[in-house]
Amino acid sequence: MEIITEKNGTEATMVLKGRLDTNAAPDMAKTVDAFLTSETEKFILDMADCDYVASSGLRVILNAQKKMNGFGGTMVVKNVVGDVMEVFEMTGFADILVFE
Amino acid sequence: MPSVNTAFKVEAVLDNLDTVLNKIETVLDDVECPPKTAMQIALTIEELFVNVANYAYPGIVGGCDFSLQAEGEEGMEHRGYIVIEMRDKGIPFDPLAKEDPDITLSAEERKIGGLGIFMAKQIMDEIDYQREGNENVMKMKKVWT
Repeated sequence: MEIITEKNGTEATMVLKGRLDTNAAPDMAKTVDAFLTSETEKFILDMADCDYVASSGLRVILNAQKKMNGFGGTMVVKNVVGDVMEVFEMTGFADILVFE
Repeated sequence: MPSVNTAFKVEAVLDNLDTVLNKIETVLDDVECPPKTAMQIALTIEELFVNVANYAYPGIVGGCDFSLQAEGEEGMEHRGYIVIEMRDKGIPFDPLAKEDPDITLSAEERKIGGLGIFMAKQIMDEIDYQREGNENVMKMKKVWT
């Protein structure tokens, strides 16, 4: 999986490309840890090119949401493809996350 | 009607996850399983295989056997099914015995863990665990229409 990050002031964008599976999840976790700081007010996770999310990936997304909650910031998940949205719905993540 | 009957064995290590998923996706492709269903089946097998790789063989590397039987109709009908059996000789462990996570909790209250098996139970039409001799045996079936 390829992870692209970009910061624009207090807005942080992460683009996921490929499968967020058990082997990719630790890479995303490390990137989230380093990338999101208390300065971050808005975190945008762009999943347009991510067509697969395993439970290990869901945990990283949940931790990012918790981290942003802790900072008093917001997180939005963008461009989720239908098959991945179904995984979010199946696991109740559709109710936790904010989509754009 | 295309049908596939195949079996393979891998060492139960995370490095083999791609190999396992590629083999299963190839079979699903051969029987014209719709992409969304194929993705969900791959997700199920990932969750179960990762469990075996992480917990079945503490301190040693053991094997994981797969047997797959699938049949599907070509063209617009898209009806078909796959039956998957997974076996390991690791410590006795029934992944289905774990209580389902509460998926109505907020982000802060959510517990880590249990989601993978919860998804597997929702995706598969049939999923069953048995301890047979010295083996953990998972049998599952998914039908598509």
